[in-house]
Amino acid sequence: MAARRSRYLHLHMWLLFTFLYLPIVVLVVLSFNASGLPTSWGGFSLEWYRDLLSNEDLLASIKNSLIVAGYVTAISTVLGTFLAIGLQRTVRSRVLDSVLFLPAVIPDIVLAIGLLSFFNLLRFTLGIHTIVIAHVVFDMIFVAAIVRTRLGYFDRRIEEAAADLGANPVKTFLLVTLPAIMPGVVAGALVAFTLSIDEFVIAFFNSGPGSITFPIRVYSMIRFGVTPVINAVAAIVMVVSLLTMLIALRLTRPKGERSANLGVGA
Amino acid sequence: MTGVAAPARRARGRVWGPRAVLLGPGVAWWVAFFLIPVGVLIAYSFFRRGPYGGVIYEPTLKNYARAFDSLYIGVLWTSVRIASIATAVSLLLAYPAALFITRAPARWRVPLLVLVILPFWTSFLIRTYAWIVLLNPAGLINKMLIGGGVIDEPLPLLYNEFAVTLGLVYAYLPLMVLPIYASLERLGPQPSEAAADLYATPSQVLRKITIPLTLPGIVAGCIFVFVPSLGNFIVPDLLGGGQTVMIGNVIQQQFLQARDWPFGAVLAMSVIALMVVVLAVQAQVHRRTQEVEHGRAA
Amino acid sequence: MAVVSVAGLVLAACGSDDGGGSPPAASDGAAEPADISGTTLTISNWDAYMPKSVVKGFEQETGVEVEYAIHTTNEDIMGKITAANGTGFDLVFVSGPFVQALTNLGWAAEIDQSQIPNLSNLDPEATELAFDPGNTHSVPYTWGTTGICYRDDLVGDAPTSWEAFRTPSPQTDGKMTMLGTDRWLLQPALLSLGYSINTTDPAQIEEAKAWTMSAKENLLAFDDTTFYSKLVSGEASLVQAWDGWCEYGRAEDPKNIDFVIPDEGSDLWTDTMVVLEASENKAAAYAFIDYILRPEIGKSIVEFTLYKMPNAGVMAAVDPAIIADFPTLAITPTELFEQEAQTDLGEDGTILWTETATEIKA
Repeated sequence: MAARRSRYLHLHMWLLFTFLYLPIVVLVVLSFNASGLPTSWGGFSLEWYRDLLSNEDLLASIKNSLIVAGYVTAISTVLGTFLAIGLQRTVRSRVLDSVLFLPAVIPDIVLAIGLLSFFNLLRFTLGIHTIVIAHVVFDMIFVAAIVRTRLGYFDRRIEEAAADLGANPVKTFLLVTLPAIMPGVVAGALVAFTLSIDEFVIAFFNSGPGSITFPIRVYSMIRFGVTPVINAVAAIVMVVSLLTMLIALRLTRPKGERSANLGVGA
Repeated sequence: MTGVAAPARRARGRVWGPRAVLLGPGVAWWVAFFLIPVGVLIAYSFFRRGPYGGVIYEPTLKNYARAFDSLYIGVLWTSVRIASIATAVSLLLAYPAALFITRAPARWRVPLLVLVILPFWTSFLIRTYAWIVLLNPAGLINKMLIGGGVIDEPLPLLYNEFAVTLGLVYAYLPLMVLPIYASLERLGPQPSEAAADLYATPSQVLRKITIPLTLPGIVAGCIFVFVPSLGNFIVPDLLGGGQTVMIGNVIQQQFLQARDWPFGAVLAMSVIALMVVVLAVQAQVHRRTQEVEHGRAA
Repeated sequence: MAVVSVAGLVLAACGSDDGGGSPPAASDGAAEPADISGTTLTISNWDAYMPKSVVKGFEQETGVEVEYAIHTTNEDIMGKITAANGTGFDLVFVSGPFVQALTNLGWAAEIDQSQIPNLSNLDPEATELAFDPGNTHSVPYTWGTTGICYRDDLVGDAPTSWEAFRTPSPQTDGKMTMLGTDRWLLQPALLSLGYSINTTDPAQIEEAKAWTMSAKENLLAFDDTTFYSKLVSGEASLVQAWDGWCEYGRAEDPKNIDFVIPDEGSDLWTDTMVVLEASENKAAAYAFIDYILRPEIGKSIVEFTLYKMPNAGVMAAVDPAIIADFPTLAITPTELFEQEAQTDLGEDGTILWTETATEIKA
């Protein structure tokens, strides 16, 4: 019985990955297409990658996106985790609970324009920092929601036991709570990074001339058709993001036996 | 809550300080960069539109009245419908995937998760365009189906609701997988093993144990897909050929094309109100499950 | 002449923000780079709408540092400027009707024409544009018209009328696209019905809506951006298109793509340069505009964007081979001026049009 179930799941995974990667494969293949448009194959060519390397605007926008996403992920993971823990323990009101999660559900154009007006009122200059601020607003809520899912099952008595044994709150948090919720935190960080790297509307309205991010640049370029250069960029952004994530995961991997925590329940 | 009550009260007194501190930065950010800016914008909904954009500070409820016009209610309904279907499909796709990942050997789990997310680290716009290449009448999918003799005429896979729904599912799928995974993973194998020991069939285990106990993850995932799907305007624009109008498109048009900020704010309010309801449901489910869990642990 | 140059000097000194002393400018008021060197000029334009060499050339010649931002639609940049209360940029590129909007909001600066001597290079028609006669608040950058762009190998007979969208031939049924932005969405209907493209009359708009909705059934999609690549791939055989965009299609497929202005007529659209009132570096903005209006600079812009500039000197300087390859470049100002220019619709008009567009597309 278990084997049959697992075969079905296996099949499902394969189909799912096909669905997920079909457009990616198309995209990557087309980035090597010598012909300019996606409807005809003109032979294998690396010229678009060469074009890309000399396209300063594009490269700058990728760099900006990664910088923004980096800051946003770091800040919103921290704030979001704290929010989740804090909410779990202190807030009893259901209404307050729902209201706090509003930034994640509001239409992005509203947030975009609202923040722009606000920044203008405060005479902030627009730049990378304003995009980061804007992205954190909704990203930290996503992190909080995900971490909370994990927290929901966390048995507080372990914390109390640690306190009884003389650990101060900070130690309790670092050595007891955090490892137990780490899968949730990691999942939250992944989501935060994903949401920030590709976000267009808020970034456009809250960016200055020198902080054009990748989605903004792509959105403009795409008006002239999806040239293979765009596909090449997408492929590269994907690879770079993957490498960044892998490095980050390696760095945050808890030492020694705690690496098992990522997989097995505590 | 059960017998944990007395110690909890004592503990709460001792750890209240740190808890509030944890809330501090997040809430401060929330107030400064969400509540105030958006609050001001929402306040606009009660005022008149300026002649070329902006706002004239004359209170009026005209904007709200206009929102009840059948045109906008219709668009809202279409959006809710499409977003709901996209959410349901996502759930059906994501749950087995999350199950698979939790049952995989420990060292495969994070790589699998990363593989699920990886497509989404490339540009959403570009991925959506890749679907256009795949779905259009002269595109790859139709070419293969016709070439394989399965159909004679190309299927209308693009510039309709099917394409929009597919685009939305594709856009937000990992946001469904991740919370469900987090939920499943914390649950652990013990409940289903225990149930199997009691002669429950796998489908019974799934229906009566696994799914109910991972409800918070499911609800979180559903929200993560439903909400952005509802407000999305890029997918209906590109994959819908501009012929499927969702509320996100209309709101965007109010702010940018009509330069009617008050009315845009009203429409945004309708979406927000809907979301508050959805979030309240989520909060309820969350607390209910917490009680169950703590009862189980006691 | 002396008075003009002195006035120019004084105004230039008032216009520039930083830069400590004002070294004496050339005695001829037309050249004033010395005052603006070292300052920053913030511009927003459509992407790929100006060759980089033009910007770099300006930077090198004047010592001004240009910060170049991009926007994808007029509405986006208007939204940004409105939310920032008229600030954020020195110079923005917007289409005609938005000049009126910006002017009415008090955010478009009244142009100091004495600082832009090359204004005299503009075609006379370009100084009488309906949305800004006399160019008091804007300077035209490019202009053109809208029409039907089609594959003459895929359509049976060449289209001559906007009715082609309502009564398609077998080869075009289901293979046409129309522009989705409300201003252009309703245009074929209004032109076909003989109404003004700037009308705000609800009855006329209602008729146009019915016309467009019956056309909608024959369409593949509404498309503002990739319609020409749909033509090249054969997905579409006939599309509503701006003339310059049709040239991008022709660049991919020189043999089969053609452009026609239907019999009922079309519009005259203009993309312009507007200096924002809140700008603290108007002098540099004016210098930039002046630079754009030079024939040799304009030539590189036209050859890069494949759009026309309302500047006889520029159009004459353009490589004839390019004009031969991209015939819409040869449309004369007189011909363009026969079309009705797009102007702003006013408060209620804009709302009515947007709502009608929503009704059509929903």
